[in-house]
Amino acid sequence: MRLIAENLGGERGGETVFSNIGFAIDKGEALIVTGPNGAGKSTLLRIVAGLLPAAAGKVLVEGGGEAFPTVASAAHYLGHLNAMKTVLSVEENLGFWRAFQSEPGLSVEEALETVALGGLGHLPFGYLSTGQRRRASIAKLLVSRRPIWLLDEPTAGLDKASEERFAGLMRGHLDDGGIVVAATHLPLGLEGAKALRMGQVL
Amino acid sequence: MWSLFLRDIRLSIRAGGGALIGVIFFLAVIVTIPFGVGPDLNLLSRIGPAILWIAALLACLLGLDRLFQADREDGSLDLLVLNGDRHMLALTVLTKCLAHWTGSVLPLVVAAPLLGLFMNMEPLGIGATALTLLVGTPAITFIGAAGAAVAVALPRGGLLISVLVLPLTIPVLIFGVSASYGAIADPAPFLQPFLILAALTLFLAVVGPLAAALALRHGTD
Repeated sequence: MRLIAENLGGERGGETVFSNIGFAIDKGEALIVTGPNGAGKSTLLRIVAGLLPAAAGKVLVEGGGEAFPTVASAAHYLGHLNAMKTVLSVEENLGFWRAFQSEPGLSVEEALETVALGGLGHLPFGYLSTGQRRRASIAKLLVSRRPIWLLDEPTAGLDKASEERFAGLMRGHLDDGGIVVAATHLPLGLEGAKALRMGQVL
Repeated sequence: MWSLFLRDIRLSIRAGGGALIGVIFFLAVIVTIPFGVGPDLNLLSRIGPAILWIAALLACLLGLDRLFQADREDGSLDLLVLNGDRHMLALTVLTKCLAHWTGSVLPLVVAAPLLGLFMNMEPLGIGATALTLLVGTPAITFIGAAGAAVAVALPRGGLLISVLVLPLTIPVLIFGVSASYGAIADPAPFLQPFLILAALTLFLAVVGPLAAALALRHGTD
């Protein structure tokens, strides 16, 4: 599997945010996107996911096979928002995404154990702290299988131990032949990752 | 899809879901009418079906703005759209509409016979009105979904959705009310307007979700 972006350009409200961004990531590789605020990191990730139209260029995935023909069907997108309902319990939230996204991965209990939230699954999501919410949201990446992880500031709000645990999860995903694209300001602890520095606007 | 349906039903009955707001609004309108119109029982029973239909229509429009906005605010909408390659987005929208209808509009239909008594309607008229509401209100939800999808990014989109959607719901109202009258007033037919009402619902069950899916796909930011 290979994720390719060619000559991508991004716009926000008619203003060009970036242009001529290109990369190709093979399976088992990670791309860390860095850059100052407003450089277009989140916009880039949303364009790669297909949630925003690209102003120029295209994104494609090669070798995804039957199960993952397009980027949208092959990708997990972890944005700033956690995509969890505050009135439902953590288990109900994860169970829903596991059933809805198909290609089931870990069971809900296993995923919660992996992010060290075992035993908190019965609580409403709204009762969790910021870091715990983020961890529950990371557990969402594990309950259904997707080869490409698009992560936007994934470690925001996490403590040191959780950051290291998450780095371990990402390394495990890469060893399984996955692809990680992460936009971040903080080092994620991935050795040998490709780097894309998004600079000043034009 | 079933999991999405169950989740939305759960959300509507948990705290803050707002499933009962429509019913309470419906109740408030129907209870106020006899005070405004006066104690003329013949008049009340004559306008009964129309009043029930108008109140149900307005109550249906009340909760529509939250249909997609709640999902947009917590980021779920992005993932629903992202999974559009796996499940057709229009089907996701249709499922959300059905869950919304079951959670917020079905209680109106159940309450309608009781409120029909307030309007001094005869049993046959009450039955016919409840039946037409059961068949016709899904159409309002399907049109409303398209309006809700267009206004999803607006923070106070509720009124805008009502204004957008109201003209499109007029045919549903006309055939719903004329079928209800057809059941009690002899020369007027019941079956023909009722079948057109059912056809409207089926037609909008296809067109509404397709339009909403298109608006959602182009409305993400």
